[in-house]
Amino acid sequence: MFSTCTRQVSTQLSSQLRRLQSTLIIAEHNNEALSPITQNALTAAKKLGGEVTVLVAGTKCGPAAEAVAKCNGLARVLVAESDAFNGFTAESITPLVLATQKQFNFTHIVAGASAFGKALLPRVAAKLDVSPVSDVIDIKSPDTFVRSVYAGNAIQTLTAKDAIKVISIRGTSFEADKLEGGSTATEKVEGSYSTDLTTFVSQELSKSDRPELSGAKVVISGGRGMKSGDNFKLLYDLADKMGAAVGASRAAVDAGFVANDLQVGQTGKIVAPDLYIAVGISGAIQHLAGMKDSKTIVAINKDAEAPIFQVSDYGLVADLFKAVPELTGKL
Amino acid sequence: MARVLVGVKRVIDYAVKIRVKPDKKGVVTDGVKHSMNPFDEIAVEEAVRMKEKKIASEIIAVSCGPAQSQEVIRTALAMGVDKGIHVEIPAAEYETLQPIHVSKILAKIAEKEKIDLIIVGKQAIDDDSNQTAQMTAAVLDWPQATFASHIEKGDKELTVKREVDGGMETIKCKIPAVISADLRLNEPRYATLPNIMKAKKKPIAKMTPKDLGVDISPRIEIVSVEDPPVRQPGVILPDVDALVGKLKEGGHI
Repeated sequence: MFSTCTRQVSTQLSSQLRRLQSTLIIAEHNNEALSPITQNALTAAKKLGGEVTVLVAGTKCGPAAEAVAKCNGLARVLVAESDAFNGFTAESITPLVLATQKQFNFTHIVAGASAFGKALLPRVAAKLDVSPVSDVIDIKSPDTFVRSVYAGNAIQTLTAKDAIKVISIRGTSFEADKLEGGSTATEKVEGSYSTDLTTFVSQELSKSDRPELSGAKVVISGGRGMKSGDNFKLLYDLADKMGAAVGASRAAVDAGFVANDLQVGQTGKIVAPDLYIAVGISGAIQHLAGMKDSKTIVAINKDAEAPIFQVSDYGLVADLFKAVPELTGKL
Repeated sequence: MARVLVGVKRVIDYAVKIRVKPDKKGVVTDGVKHSMNPFDEIAVEEAVRMKEKKIASEIIAVSCGPAQSQEVIRTALAMGVDKGIHVEIPAAEYETLQPIHVSKILAKIAEKEKIDLIIVGKQAIDDDSNQTAQMTAAVLDWPQATFASHIEKGDKELTVKREVDGGMETIKCKIPAVISADLRLNEPRYATLPNIMKAKKKPIAKMTPKDLGVDISPRIEIVSVEDPPVRQPGVILPDVDALVGKLKEGGHI
């Protein structure tokens, strides 16, 4: 009897707390389109409960704001368009986030754990004197989060004691919000946020017609076994047949075979596609950290003892220079 | 010439296969090989190269942690750092020490030592937080150059190439600044035996967070640390045809 009573009280209390909760998502975009990781962040924010506000900052926010406003159930979409946000520097966006926080008193501030989110959120958190939680893979309750440590070899559950929770979420751990069923009006945010601490100079982005690595359904990665950058053509041919993205191990990047933004692993991109094909990759701890949540893993390696075979669903002990073209030919 | 502060962390060696403690409160660290966080080696190397190019005048290495943290300070000294500061944190409190605490400590030391440039690794390979540089920069109100793969120092500014998701970007930031080192910034040198011997004579100052006026009370409570889900063992296929068959079965092609 007594315990039922306590339970009722605690349920009431937690639902009240939930109502008081509010989350700010910092949208990521490139002035032309919304980054897909923001859709994952929206799902994470809905899991937190409470109302959700999205902040879009940039030199040109129209396309991203329009896209995100279609998300179902948002409280508001704030748009801060200014030349000050050129290059999306953390130094310019932090004061904007702080001003927004001051106005609305959010309980949670969320962004995707991309290069953008990783650079920005800790700066915001330090200004608020709270300890941020990085790369969250699950949300147990509004203050209890799950994240991986030691290159994914341990899973830590922690309770954040600070009043404001600043969290970056791992995109591959939350479904993408479909951006349907909503039509939130956008509101302009005024204010001057220019800073002379940092100036964005230029960007050299790798161009590719293949799908983006972090969001691809199929990823084909090459390692040291590829022997040269030219040989990556074998993987590009296979990728084109399968509509796949191409990734690489650190060894392949360090050897100069491919650009470093293709690196999959603890310090590169974390991917979790339906199918991951590792070609000429031994499977070091640091590489596995970036891909072991893939649904199906295929390994092609001539070394039967390679650690990659311990995590692969299907292994082929073969010379990649024969097996990959043969596979491409048979698809 | 700039005075440079580098942050170095003692972590379980990157090649060690870690084990979760039976009580699920952490991972086993006793008797396990530790070394300097690989990203911090890169940070130290960059600072030493700055000194060799006469950009840096003095380099100070700081480590926060229990007594053993002095080992990584010695390593930094052997690589060419001038002096060390060990901010001693008792083992029990070290469990909940977080980047927010470390960044406040680094900021205090930077002010005390009149530092122009702080270089730390982009992340520690144990907690994988990737926060300390950003938070230190925020505490000091300095610019941050995160995930740096190339640094060029001008008179009053740095030009830094950063590794970002789609490729690279270049920024300029004012000095004083905080830099976080990415993997491709440089290749750290090995400490030679004579330099290891010389490093023993270099000074390491000891202090506590309290001396610096930094509160290290826990901001988190660790609920549990567990093993990740284990993947079911897979099969070795005889040939490419069998692989094609499996891919069809799985609906991938």
